[in-house]
Amino acid sequence: MAEHGIGARVPRVEDQRFITGKGRYTDDINQAGQTYAVFVRSPHAHARIRGVDKSSVASMPGVLAVLDGDDVKADGLGNLICGWLVKSKDGSPMKMGPHPLLAQGKVRYVGDRVAVVVAETYAQAKDAAEALVVDYEELPAVVDLAGAHGAAALVHDEVADNLIFDWELGDKAAVDAAFAAAHHVTRMELVNNRLIPNAMEPRAAIGVYDSGTDAFTCYLTSQNPHVHRLVMAAFIGVAPEHKLRVVGPDVGGGFGSKIFIYGEECVVCWASRKIGGRPVKWTAERSESFLSDAHGRDHISTAELALDKDGNFLAMRVNTKANLGAYMSTFSSCVPTYLYATLLAGQYRTPAIYCDVQAYYTNTAPVDAYRGAGRPEASFLIETLVDQAAMELGIDPADIRRRNFIPRDAFPYQTPVALIYDTGDYQATLEEALKLADYAGFPARRAEAQRRGKLRGIGLSCYIEACGIAPSAVVGSLGAGVGLWESAKVRFSHTGKVQVLTGTHSHGQGHETTFAQLIADKLGVPFGDIEVIHGDTEKTPVGMGTYGSRSLAVGGEAIMKACDKIIAKGKKIAAHLLEAAEGDIEFKDGKFTVAGTDKSKALGEVVFAAYVPHNYPPDLEPGMEEGAFFDPPNFTFPAGTYVCEVEVEPATGEVDIVRFTAVDDFGNVINPMIVEGQVHGGLVQGIGQALLEGARYDDSGQLLTGSYMDYCMPRADNVPSFAVVTSAGTACTSNSMGVKGCGEAGAIGAPGAVINAITNAIGRRVEMPATPEKVWRAIHSNVAVAAE
Amino acid sequence: MPSVSMTVNGKQVGGEVESRTLLVEFLRNQLGLTGTHVGCDTSQCGCCVVHVDGRSVKACTMLAVQAAGSQVTTIEGLARNGQLHPVQAAFREHHGLQCGFCTPGMIMSAVDLLQHNANPTEAEVREWLEGNLCRCTGYHNIVKAIMAAAADMSGHAKAAE
Repeated sequence: MAEHGIGARVPRVEDQRFITGKGRYTDDINQAGQTYAVFVRSPHAHARIRGVDKSSVASMPGVLAVLDGDDVKADGLGNLICGWLVKSKDGSPMKMGPHPLLAQGKVRYVGDRVAVVVAETYAQAKDAAEALVVDYEELPAVVDLAGAHGAAALVHDEVADNLIFDWELGDKAAVDAAFAAAHHVTRMELVNNRLIPNAMEPRAAIGVYDSGTDAFTCYLTSQNPHVHRLVMAAFIGVAPEHKLRVVGPDVGGGFGSKIFIYGEECVVCWASRKIGGRPVKWTAERSESFLSDAHGRDHISTAELALDKDGNFLAMRVNTKANLGAYMSTFSSCVPTYLYATLLAGQYRTPAIYCDVQAYYTNTAPVDAYRGAGRPEASFLIETLVDQAAMELGIDPADIRRRNFIPRDAFPYQTPVALIYDTGDYQATLEEALKLADYAGFPARRAEAQRRGKLRGIGLSCYIEACGIAPSAVVGSLGAGVGLWESAKVRFSHTGKVQVLTGTHSHGQGHETTFAQLIADKLGVPFGDIEVIHGDTEKTPVGMGTYGSRSLAVGGEAIMKACDKIIAKGKKIAAHLLEAAEGDIEFKDGKFTVAGTDKSKALGEVVFAAYVPHNYPPDLEPGMEEGAFFDPPNFTFPAGTYVCEVEVEPATGEVDIVRFTAVDDFGNVINPMIVEGQVHGGLVQGIGQALLEGARYDDSGQLLTGSYMDYCMPRADNVPSFAVVTSAGTACTSNSMGVKGCGEAGAIGAPGAVINAITNAIGRRVEMPATPEKVWRAIHSNVAVAAE
Repeated sequence: MPSVSMTVNGKQVGGEVESRTLLVEFLRNQLGLTGTHVGCDTSQCGCCVVHVDGRSVKACTMLAVQAAGSQVTTIEGLARNGQLHPVQAAFREHHGLQCGFCTPGMIMSAVDLLQHNANPTEAEVREWLEGNLCRCTGYHNIVKAIMAAAADMSGHAKAAE
């Protein structure tokens, strides 16, 4: 393996700036004449706006503008959109209320944007925002998912019963028939707890209007600058697309929450024009992030598994109610549907599956994709259900999984819920994980723990996910409003240096390193001569951005295709220079060689000839710059087995994760160091969901978990170090690199493993987050707490 | 408005501040030292950790005027003569960062830990980091990096003996 090639643990190129304080995040950008925006947010979950008294602050020091929903309307700006149309069982399109940039007539959740104040300094803007008098008439709120249907309160008057859609997938008749004939049915109710993403960098946006060119620049915490530009131009009407530049500079984590087009970025651009072109900067306080970043998960489900007498799965039936909050966020509709129910086969050959999903509006923050997005909900449901079935039938949890795995020779495998898995070897990842976790030695460890007064448990989770999002025609047929291909451009300079421009966006994933490794490996260019550029609509080709573990599997493949074009053009030039037939030229290790001879030209010489074409093929364009787009033929299907071992202190209910083993099949791996890091981070988000995190609103719709004092983020001393293996790969067939994607796996697979371990330790399942209180009650009470 | 002066990264600096101006605001907005980040508003996340008179301090929890006359070191001042501090080098070597936003605070906090405890156990490192949140790394490689830096620094100290 070359030092910087595929498979090498190359330290990250981007780290130098981050470890020396030279990263450049949105809030680090300051410009001459800059002003500051502070948003006035609703203190009520549901209220009519009787009036906004702008005169109450217009004359306060430094105030430049106070704008509200009436101004948005007067200027003809459009509403925020949901870009994926889901249809109900009866074929009708999902029902939506409008989602304005600033509230018009009504506020619908605590944190809803009511007005914006722009002032000379941040402190002045904040003082004025606090002083702004808004007259509200409070309305009854619907806060609870369970109570959304038939609630007296309607979040949007036009959406009856608060029901956005009632969707289904699968063969209901076949599933019902299988259940009727089953030897055993396992049934459970379960909650997938609501989470708040909490990227460490709060959202921020700077809008700059240049009257000279009648054009806007928006610096923004974005995972997908071109998607932002598209929506802000085509739907909001901030500016025509060619007059709007969106820059996502260094971005401090996203986890989905920075995919979405929010009102704030649109408003700062619009406000910059209103005040004559001075830059307008907004940076969220953490409290605002808690209130207004799109939240994740929030499902209530009933799940049933039908089994024969040997523990073979016959059918699965699931009903899920999904809380989508007060407005439909950018991709909210696809999360509890096409990113969820399509994964319910898991790693198993369950022949018949049916799922229906009712999605509801509530007076809470919008809910959308958060790391894993639908797939953690599916994986958690399957893996806890399978464990319960194993418990009820007296089968070892590893054995029931082995019995039901899709066999390694059955790929490609058509599941009953639409997807075709290309490759996998679930038996192999399970066995390797069991070995590494010393599953066989667990009874001895449990006995030893018991002597110390601890309850020790072990839990498995065999997850699968669909990544590499996504084949455009497939998602288009399912309601997506966009294509989900990716783009790249590979640009050489005279001196052989390479710029790689990608449509993806790195906000922690290390693309500047991984993509450079791809190029170094493919073209034989020195690693240090390669620069990866992303995140600026003025520099990069149009791209769809980073989410759904897609950057390498889709964006990386676009780079590969651009490199193929570089090589193809290089062969023409080399053939000319070497006076050989193009068909006789081979490219390897950075050299073009006439096959079977020692006659060759280095890539650098060929590139130089392309830019100084004095001796050059007569009908060939000069230059060496090639672009490519890649639309994947299928999703990718990373899968693996996680084994969690816990010790529970019965006196306090505290859960200590004493051992955690992750064996993942990500296909081929470009940089194992980076991939392992992605797994570590995902695992802790999954463990956070299982043990610590949960967004809670009170009955009036106030967010109780609105700060780090109240929302329990995983800290270093809450989690262990991990045993992670990523070398157990079956190559993916949907891209030439054989890669599957690794960004979401940890968050998808971990919750099931942790909860199964606790169930194994204490003998009953508790809902997430399994706080000490819930665990203690489960140990010490005879009252069922599973559905609390 | 009060005026304030202090030494930041070895340089004497000063300026007029509002009495409510936080140290982190002074560093970021008036001195342009944007390596010190703000990740919360309740002194929980630790993205803003700097050293004041040699001790790690959350710069969001201290007024600029309180730091008057102090020696302040930020992430920008940690490397000396182009040489990374061993903790900085270890974070890169062991992939102790992903998005980089918590990193300056993590590094400044870790440097202070190693001043107090040259050879911490893993549990001591994890406990020390209680006031520093990271959402990307799962802490695994941060802990690994700090342990490696400790070994590296004590090795150097031993070699110098």
